[in-house]
Amino acid sequence: MMFGKLALQSLLDRKGSVVLSLLAMTVSVFVLLGVDHIRHQAKESFSNTISGVDLIVGARTGSLNLLLYSVFRMGSPTNNIRWETYETIANSNKVKWAIPISLGDSHKGFRVLGTTTDYFQHFSYGNQHRLAFTKGNAFDQVFDVVLGAEVAKKLGYHLGDKLILAHGIAATSFSMHEDRPFTVVGILAATGTPVDQTLHVSLQGIEAIHVDWQQGVKMPNTKLSQTALEQADLQPKSITAFMLGLESKMATFRVQRDINEYAREPLLAILPGVALSELWQMMGVLENTLFLVSALVFVAACLGISAMLLSSIRERNREIQLLRVIGAPPYFLFLLIELEALLITLLSLALGAGLLAVFLALLQDYLVSHFGLHIEINLFTENSMYLIAAMISASAIVAVIPSLSGYRQARVIKN
Amino acid sequence: MAIELSNVRFHYPDRPDQTVLNIPSWSLPGGEQAFIHGPSGGGKSTLLSLLSGLLMPSEGQVNILGQRLDQMTNRQRDRFRANHIGYVFQQFNLIPYLDAFDNTLLASQFSQRKKTPVQHGEVKKLLTALNIAENDWHRPARNLSIGQQQRVAIARALINKPQLLIADEPTSSLDPVNRDAFMALLMQIAADSHITLVFVSHDLSLSTYFKRVESLSVINRMRGSA
Repeated sequence: MMFGKLALQSLLDRKGSVVLSLLAMTVSVFVLLGVDHIRHQAKESFSNTISGVDLIVGARTGSLNLLLYSVFRMGSPTNNIRWETYETIANSNKVKWAIPISLGDSHKGFRVLGTTTDYFQHFSYGNQHRLAFTKGNAFDQVFDVVLGAEVAKKLGYHLGDKLILAHGIAATSFSMHEDRPFTVVGILAATGTPVDQTLHVSLQGIEAIHVDWQQGVKMPNTKLSQTALEQADLQPKSITAFMLGLESKMATFRVQRDINEYAREPLLAILPGVALSELWQMMGVLENTLFLVSALVFVAACLGISAMLLSSIRERNREIQLLRVIGAPPYFLFLLIELEALLITLLSLALGAGLLAVFLALLQDYLVSHFGLHIEINLFTENSMYLIAAMISASAIVAVIPSLSGYRQARVIKN
Repeated sequence: MAIELSNVRFHYPDRPDQTVLNIPSWSLPGGEQAFIHGPSGGGKSTLLSLLSGLLMPSEGQVNILGQRLDQMTNRQRDRFRANHIGYVFQQFNLIPYLDAFDNTLLASQFSQRKKTPVQHGEVKKLLTALNIAENDWHRPARNLSIGQQQRVAIARALINKPQLLIADEPTSSLDPVNRDAFMALLMQIAADSHITLVFVSHDLSLSTYFKRVESLSVINRMRGSA
């Protein structure tokens, strides 16, 4: 009790240098905890994005590109697939179910996904969680839209609200489909995946808003009446990609090869799990480098504290002699200096973690909407506990240098 | 005898050819107060470090309160010092950033009384007895006057109820008025509590407070060995 007070008061007595070391340590704790937390969360978030889908099929491109645009709604598709191709593959006897997806439109920065109601039945994420509706249900009419949880929350939409889709995927688009408003008929439960940032409409809806467009430009003076639109053939001619569930997992590689060798159109089929781990391997190098750099920053901060304590030992010589005279053994000085280092470390940990929590809370929305990354603010996961324990040990080990110096000084009696 | 030295020689380990102290025999009965005077640099502080067990003699026996310091381990000497010896310096008697109260309390932490914790009441009683005003108890020691600091130093030295009190030029930084007040207080406490006192100073005018006055140059037979 008294020793803790002695260590604390001695630190308070040297406020200037202690505060600087404390700040250096706090920054390093912030960076190290932050990098570690985000990399674990990102890994979890990424691998939870899709499950239960055996194959993703798109026009021939890189497998990462296909994964990114079909699952994470990042980047853009290279080409479309013909509807006949989709039908042929979807109807083959090895295929249990198929979900077509059509991308390319947006609403206030959120992407629009054209699909069928099979999407709500078969798509799953995390540990085989199905999509669930908090309000309403799946689309039924051409101009119905189902919102992801985040879209509804951010834009404040409720069932029955009307909204207008924009052509293209930029947050501010100049070509709007303002003549064909959609009605909100369903809102999905939050999933922590890119589904939350997506608006879902039927493939027919996508066709309908483009029916009088050509080459991505709206044709002037061709406004179709509602009746003419309903009579028009809304059967899509092409889609962006599709997801497959197979009758037997054993057939996965066979079907994949068949699709990759499909003669009438260049296609690419990927296994989402494999593509995800490929993506993660790429990120892994970056992630490990970042972690290593932040660990080094932390070690530098530990050394900074030790240097500060070491230089204080000399000016505290009389204090040390006094403690010896009142009966303190030399090892007490060792423990006192260690305690001072630990006090700084613990305070830095509290400050750094607090700062990080605030930072993550502020950044959470941005990460979700721009990178599809869902980061938990709770820092006290098992991983960070190990890391924090390692940080405390590291600072105690580095503090051995000044502590030993204090111990040696305490053994020399000067008159 | 509270103190018995016989055939004590001391030289610093790194200078074996330079003997600092050579004391064939010297003793002080329990409860007596002795004044030892000598010039600066004459080995006074070294003698006190030997008496308190901070230094070990190179040869000879150091017997304090019936125990042989020269036969103890480092740890035992530290504990013995905390339990039985109070020490007051010329200056820097207190941890400057702790207040008077905590400085006194801290000294009790290294003694055996740790097991039966010193009551805050004891600290208060001691500080009051040494004329430290209550509103100065919780000011950092460095903000107290020198006179106050030296009085807190006595409180700190006495908190473990030592049988032996060692004072190393405790009045050198005090003005005459404070010095006389300090001496009167110290002598009274020593007499009241029957504490053996070894008081070292170069200032011979202080010897009037003591019955037993000795010169270090008589105790320390350096000339004979040189």
